[in-house]
Amino acid sequence: MKRDLVSLEPSLTPGKDTTAPLAPVSEDQRYIGVSVPRGGIERLTQGQGQYLDDIEIPRMAHVVFWRSPVAHMRITAVNTEFARAMPGVLLVADGHDLAKVCKPWVATLGHLAGMKSAPQYPLALDRACWQGEPVVAVVAESRAQAEDALAYVQVDWEELPAATDMQTALDPATPLIHPELGDNLCFTRSLDVGQVDETFAKADVVADIAFEFGRHTGVTLEPRAQIAHWSPSDRRLTVYHSCQAPHMMQDLYSRQFDLPASAIRVVCKDVGGSFGIKVHAYPDDFATVALSIMLGRPVKFVADRLESFTSDIHARHHHIKARIAVNRDGEILGFDMEDLTGIGPYSMFPRTSAIEGNQVVNLVGGPYKHQHYRARLDVVFQNKTPTCQYRGVGHPIACAVTEALVDLAAQKIGMDPLRIRELNVIPDDAYPTSGISGIKLEILSHQASLKKLREIMDYDALRAEQASLRAQGIHRGIGFATVIELTNPSAAFYGVGGARIASQDGATIRLDPEGHITVLIGVGEQGQGTEGIYQQIAADAVGVDISKVRVVTGDTDATPYGGGTWASRGAGVGGEAVLLAGQALRENIVKVAATILKRAGEGLAVRRDQVIDASTGQALMPLAELGRIAYFRSDTLPADFTPELMVTRHYAQRDYPFIFTNGVQASYVEVDVETGFVKLLKHWTVEDCGRVLNPMLVDEQMRGAIVQGIGGALFEECLYDDSGLMLNASMADYLVPMSAEMPDIVVAHIQTPTASSKLGAKGAGEAGTAGAPAAVMNAINDALTPFDTHVFSQPITPQKVLRALGKVA
Amino acid sequence: MADLYPIKVSVNGQSHQCSVQPRTHLVDFLRDELGLKGSHLGCEHGVCGACTVELDGKIVRGCLTLAVQADGGHVQTIEGLSQTGVIRDLQEAFVRRNALQCGFCTSGMLMAAKELLETLPNASRAEVRDWISGNYCRCTGYQAIVDAICDVLKQRKEALV
Repeated sequence: MKRDLVSLEPSLTPGKDTTAPLAPVSEDQRYIGVSVPRGGIERLTQGQGQYLDDIEIPRMAHVVFWRSPVAHMRITAVNTEFARAMPGVLLVADGHDLAKVCKPWVATLGHLAGMKSAPQYPLALDRACWQGEPVVAVVAESRAQAEDALAYVQVDWEELPAATDMQTALDPATPLIHPELGDNLCFTRSLDVGQVDETFAKADVVADIAFEFGRHTGVTLEPRAQIAHWSPSDRRLTVYHSCQAPHMMQDLYSRQFDLPASAIRVVCKDVGGSFGIKVHAYPDDFATVALSIMLGRPVKFVADRLESFTSDIHARHHHIKARIAVNRDGEILGFDMEDLTGIGPYSMFPRTSAIEGNQVVNLVGGPYKHQHYRARLDVVFQNKTPTCQYRGVGHPIACAVTEALVDLAAQKIGMDPLRIRELNVIPDDAYPTSGISGIKLEILSHQASLKKLREIMDYDALRAEQASLRAQGIHRGIGFATVIELTNPSAAFYGVGGARIASQDGATIRLDPEGHITVLIGVGEQGQGTEGIYQQIAADAVGVDISKVRVVTGDTDATPYGGGTWASRGAGVGGEAVLLAGQALRENIVKVAATILKRAGEGLAVRRDQVIDASTGQALMPLAELGRIAYFRSDTLPADFTPELMVTRHYAQRDYPFIFTNGVQASYVEVDVETGFVKLLKHWTVEDCGRVLNPMLVDEQMRGAIVQGIGGALFEECLYDDSGLMLNASMADYLVPMSAEMPDIVVAHIQTPTASSKLGAKGAGEAGTAGAPAAVMNAINDALTPFDTHVFSQPITPQKVLRALGKVA
Repeated sequence: MADLYPIKVSVNGQSHQCSVQPRTHLVDFLRDELGLKGSHLGCEHGVCGACTVELDGKIVRGCLTLAVQADGGHVQTIEGLSQTGVIRDLQEAFVRRNALQCGFCTSGMLMAAKELLETLPNASRAEVRDWISGNYCRCTGYQAIVDAICDVLKQRKEALV
């Protein structure tokens, strides 16, 4: 008999603020910190969004790609004659054709010493190095015509030996993917703070684990897509793009196509999910631009789902051997780990594919105060789809390794898993400090977060319930994950390594004549609610009603230069730029009001769409009247005074390489030991992203990210056969979390603002994905305790659970 | 190229006489011929549910339904439902609960939710989770969607009292 003792009550009603009050950042703060529903999303509920494929341009052509059907092949001949003869076909081009228009690229970063990769082209030249690499482009008047013609492209090829297994990538017998590189090693790194062997030798207990993390991918519901429009008459390139970093793409097009950046406009309208998948520069992206330049007309590319699975970046393919040393009293002494990760045949442009492994090295053991750490990383090439940064970037791996080791150590010394974390986290009064890997930590709240988690999950009662059910043969488990997440990156991430990816962002705010304000900013919207929080910040900073704020993003012709969306920087970096611009505009409004009213500016303030007397609160002039005079009656103003009602401010976080956040998650699961199925009963998280700008939006970022993390922990894996062919490259075969299997997720907050900005906000977009795989894996292993077995291979499928239980081979 | 077939179909209450290729699926027809871009294509394998539309009163996968199969039928899309206001409470609940992030799944999710509200007016939270399990959302983690639908179930029940 099974009973659901966990209450599955609905989540908190919207608008209920569970956060502790922080000092306001503006005089009359009405929106920051409140669960304001996102403005402007009504249209998305009415089918009025404009995603990339919704855009039509006169004379627009469509491109489809002939992609490599095997993992490694030599192209011996490309015959395009029959395809060209098909109805509606405008152009059929191969790698050599496009190489005349677009330069090749090599994706390395200067600060990752010794990193190497090979030149990559928009279409494969003489060899294709993964199944799905684009080889030939067919452009036609319609998508259907292009697809019809694709069947008539003749490519003669011979299969080459493939290096698919990362375990053997560096063996002398393994074929070299790029012989000119000398081996299949992209990057290697060793970190050793010293005395690790001695520490482990002296420790009371050492626990060691061999982990496997399967490849998975982002599966944005809107596939990658773009329209490139080269206008020969004015030599202007406009690219409508479903992407996260429009200025980065503008710069890349400029360099690869030898065009001035000022001749290039990148426009992002509604983006149907990104998660890091749409922050990279793909070969078919450059190919589409090249084809537009060759044809002198717009060309649309929309990946179909089969293409997405083999050409969107994959991530998280790691094999890790790791161990932890502890004393009987629960003190963690050190971590020691070796990470092997396979990244496909090329490092991905321009962020590179070595970052994920590098992050794992930086982050293992990160929440804890141990003083001994050794790590080794090998990043190897293989003939599979390239991997790169996807939501969480290294954090889910590092967290799962760390937290599973902590749990295993706790089990070995007979200590409660929550207790061992409470004993070992870096205490809340120890900041600023550094983690033993060298990461700089400004201020974290592990102790407060663990305390709150213990309360909200009613830990002791849950343990009692687990014990009583276990006696009845029902196997439930509780798993924890203490998380750190790097957010608000400085130029240390990419800029110092030579990648032209902005870490700063700018915001422009204009008071319009009717008293409304328009915010222009380089960080765009992919669903996180970025535009919503900018409305909140701008309304409070200037002193207007939120209904009077319009936010414009996603257009390099219109917005200040900025980095876009990545590394959880939208709130902390973009939000700070909006706050600074809003406060500057308010000062300028006061100057204009003082001039019109002929009184001192010191006694004036802007509140609720009015200029007021700051001491009495008396309304002196509506902003609409101020705008009317400033814009249309400059004749009435003094000759030496010009209103400046449009201001721009920029912000770059420069105090630390990153502003780390922290949090803790708990998962409660039930394992069916007969079938191996795992039922997720409930999930809790306490997170600290500094100032919470909108609790509802932060909660939803956490929940969505946790569910993505659960996907990697239980369901998602890009499965390959030995020859490098992907076996499950469709949505029917690649499992993602659906609503019925997902638990309700309780979110609570601790607010520890960063002092590196006035706003004090840190990022919130990725911590959920970072912690969920560890929490779920630990919960499953906790449930399996009576069977004296563990599973450390993700995704944790029923088969793996049954194998651990000895029920299947 | 195959011959074109004439079809007569009512879309959001307006009748259309068009000629389509036999292979054209319903959502390509709606998007490309009629300019109704609110139904989205996420996989074209009938898995993700972003293309969900109503045909003769029942929701179908628009990518697995051929336009010629809609001949003589009545199609409702998100645009039509928005114009008539029949799911305004649902749309408002989605906004209030932030039950959408990128919004790409939302049209299909609302179509499925509409049918749930009409089919199972007393649905439990677990039944809501089950019902929308044919619609993929990569952003929200589903909880806010479930909350929004449960809100409207409650509101509609209360309105009947």
